[in-house]
Amino acid sequence: MPRVFIPSLLRKYTGGQESVVVPGRTVGEVVRNLDQQFPGFRNQVVEGDDLKSSLAVSVDGDIAVGGLLEQVRESSEIHFVPAIGGG
Amino acid sequence: MDTPQTHQFKVIGTRPVRHDGLDKVIGRAKYGADYSFPGMLYGKVLRSPYAHARIKSINTEKALRLPGVKAVVTHADFAPQTTAPVYRMGGEAAVNPLYLASNILAKDKVLYAGHGVAAVAATSPHIAEEALALIEVEYEPLPLVLDLLEAMKPGAAIINPDLRRKDKPDEQTNIAGEFQFKRGDIEAGFKAADIIVEREFRTEMVHQGYIEPPNALGIFPGDGHATVYTSTQGPFDVRIMSATLLGLPEGNVKVVPAEIGGGFGAKLTVHIEPVALLLSKHAGGRPVKMVMTRTEMMRGATGPTSGSILRVKMGATKEGRIVAAKAWFAYEAGAFPGSPVWLGCFTGLSPYDIENFLVDGYDVLVNKPKTSSYRAPGATNAAFAVECVVDELANRCGMDPLDFRIRNASREGTQSVMGPKFPRIGYIEVCEAIKNSQHYRTPLAQVPGKYRGRGVATGFWINGGMQSSAIVNVHADGTASLVTGSVDIGGSRASTAMVVAEVLGLRAEDVRPAVADTDSIGYTDGTGGSRVAFATGLAAYQAAHDVVRQLKERAAKVWEISPEDVAWVDGKAISKKNGAPPLTLKELAPRLTRTGGPVTGRANVYATGVGPAFAACLVDVEIDPETAKVQVLRCTVAQDAGKAIHPSYVEGQMQGGTVQGLGWALNEEYVYDEKGTLRNASFLDYRMPTCLDLPMIEPVIVEVANPGHPLGVRGVGEVSIVPPPAAVANAVSMAVGSRITDLPISPPRLFKVLAARRG
Repeated sequence: MPRVFIPSLLRKYTGGQESVVVPGRTVGEVVRNLDQQFPGFRNQVVEGDDLKSSLAVSVDGDIAVGGLLEQVRESSEIHFVPAIGGG
Repeated sequence: MDTPQTHQFKVIGTRPVRHDGLDKVIGRAKYGADYSFPGMLYGKVLRSPYAHARIKSINTEKALRLPGVKAVVTHADFAPQTTAPVYRMGGEAAVNPLYLASNILAKDKVLYAGHGVAAVAATSPHIAEEALALIEVEYEPLPLVLDLLEAMKPGAAIINPDLRRKDKPDEQTNIAGEFQFKRGDIEAGFKAADIIVEREFRTEMVHQGYIEPPNALGIFPGDGHATVYTSTQGPFDVRIMSATLLGLPEGNVKVVPAEIGGGFGAKLTVHIEPVALLLSKHAGGRPVKMVMTRTEMMRGATGPTSGSILRVKMGATKEGRIVAAKAWFAYEAGAFPGSPVWLGCFTGLSPYDIENFLVDGYDVLVNKPKTSSYRAPGATNAAFAVECVVDELANRCGMDPLDFRIRNASREGTQSVMGPKFPRIGYIEVCEAIKNSQHYRTPLAQVPGKYRGRGVATGFWINGGMQSSAIVNVHADGTASLVTGSVDIGGSRASTAMVVAEVLGLRAEDVRPAVADTDSIGYTDGTGGSRVAFATGLAAYQAAHDVVRQLKERAAKVWEISPEDVAWVDGKAISKKNGAPPLTLKELAPRLTRTGGPVTGRANVYATGVGPAFAACLVDVEIDPETAKVQVLRCTVAQDAGKAIHPSYVEGQMQGGTVQGLGWALNEEYVYDEKGTLRNASFLDYRMPTCLDLPMIEPVIVEVANPGHPLGVRGVGEVSIVPPPAAVANAVSMAVGSRITDLPISPPRLFKVLAARRG
């Protein structure tokens, strides 16, 4: 199952766990399942039907351009990261 | 196996003359201020003399009565905005439209000296200036806060009354955001350390220092469609921001990007574009041109980058292995939230593979201009602190500073501070490139009566991908044109054209690149985040391959065979079936009409596979003990480019970023008086380095192919600014025998250090 790495400021929602293994075929499904296990988590990363505008999600080391729609594999590693700007 | 490192490119890696070079050299290139239209008006902005004050009233009647004045606007003329982030800038980062509008023209409070309050359009710039003096603004001055630590204290003057402490929602605060990255057991890590170094550092607000001040020419007639000509890094960003502030559908705004005289991140947002459009609207659709003065640019809402306070504690074993790191970073956001502190939080430690770390970051409001992106935003501040502490650890371990860094280096598979594992990266290679440089192998000679020192530092920048579009048109003479939406700041027209030329088997000069307006090309994110050669280059590569696909079909028609029996090799169509002589593009082009008509290749990408960038800087300095002036004697920079498409422009980026980093290190700073007025708001007083101050910067391009790009390309535009302030601080510290902790290391500051040393 995919492994979700929890941002340190959101670990209060996962009982301090740094990462959680959650089933799901897309990032959105993983987040929904994670929220069932740890209520409140979804509201921290999702706004409406998309990721919060201040956030991006990385799947297997690459920024997932599909956001919540991005497909994940059984062995995927998922990280929520701040959205990147640049100069 | 054919890789970007072994492939024998014909165009990539060469150094052709840039396509836009002649226009720029002879003055034919059109910059924003060069545009003019019949009946054009001139816009000016009235700016606040107060750093913090409530606006009790604005009376524009006298100004409107002045002959020649055609419009006066204030914040109230923008479409109503909310704080909800409703769109994205640069493809990913959110923008708060109420803050954006309130920064351009103040809503009910002015939050820094130079904050825009009202704007005028008149038949001449002089009448517009005269009209500004006739606008009556009644202010109620408020307590102000300029110092970062003071702003964080309970009881500080509050800049935004809506901001609340996360832990105590009833209490107001100037802390607009908190960030944290944490892994492992920090206490156990420090217990395992034989050597611990802990320091506090400080940097001041600095400006990007682009030569061309912000400008805009807006045309907004009564048909609901607006056009703006402007110097910008992000035409599509200007489009959506202007449309939002004017209450228009996005597609009703067309942005025509001019040539750009520098931006370095600051021109990824709007400064006066919506104001020019608003004034045009109120002036019956007449074109309105606005060009900021240098003082407005420095003092006003164009966005310098943050000053910061940086506390770093790191522990290492005596064998030179870093076992724990703790960092506390506070960055000035200016008057509105949004400093790049979180980028500092994860970039500072990223060169190193550290098991236990804790990084906390704070985004803090002060009564100074809202900060904006500046080349690798946030990373230079953090690297300054971390790389100085790393240098001390290396010294205390008795190790060469580069060997120490290599021993602790991040590499492929290392989990980055942000979380995801690094792909193939070139950090070790850039360290080794400096170690092997002639500069490093040449001992630093001391001279009587001077202090000399040598310092190294390294830096990381994540680089961007985002969205790009490209169109390649094939012409009957066998040449091609390339149209993209990426404003060319650092030679990207040349590099993207070279990619197309490589694929199509043409010379670089046979591909003519152009930057299109927002109606003429698909969505393209801004020129920032070191993304253009990587992502727009990828779009150009795919568009060229789209052309190749079509050319193979045309060659198949000529040869009367199936397209599957045609290969494209080294810029030629090859028949796999009938042994016909190969056809080049130049030979195929005249036959396009009879084989199906015009050929155009297209590509739209949301680029993944971004390759992180690393750089290392080596600098020798000499200090005059009498004047405390630091002279840079020699400077070498190594950077991993993945694959350098046009090595000269990669070197140019490395040299440019390094020079900006050296200026940040040595002299540049915003100097405020106690009323919050910037005292050095010109290039005479804001001391940027000139060619007389610096030696030739020696660039060493390292090429560790990015596995995420078909040509191995990594972004090259930003990371070189990251290491120099720490490298200079390490060199000066060695020279004077005392740890330098504050930037800039200007003569007044360094003189105090030298005086203390003399006792």
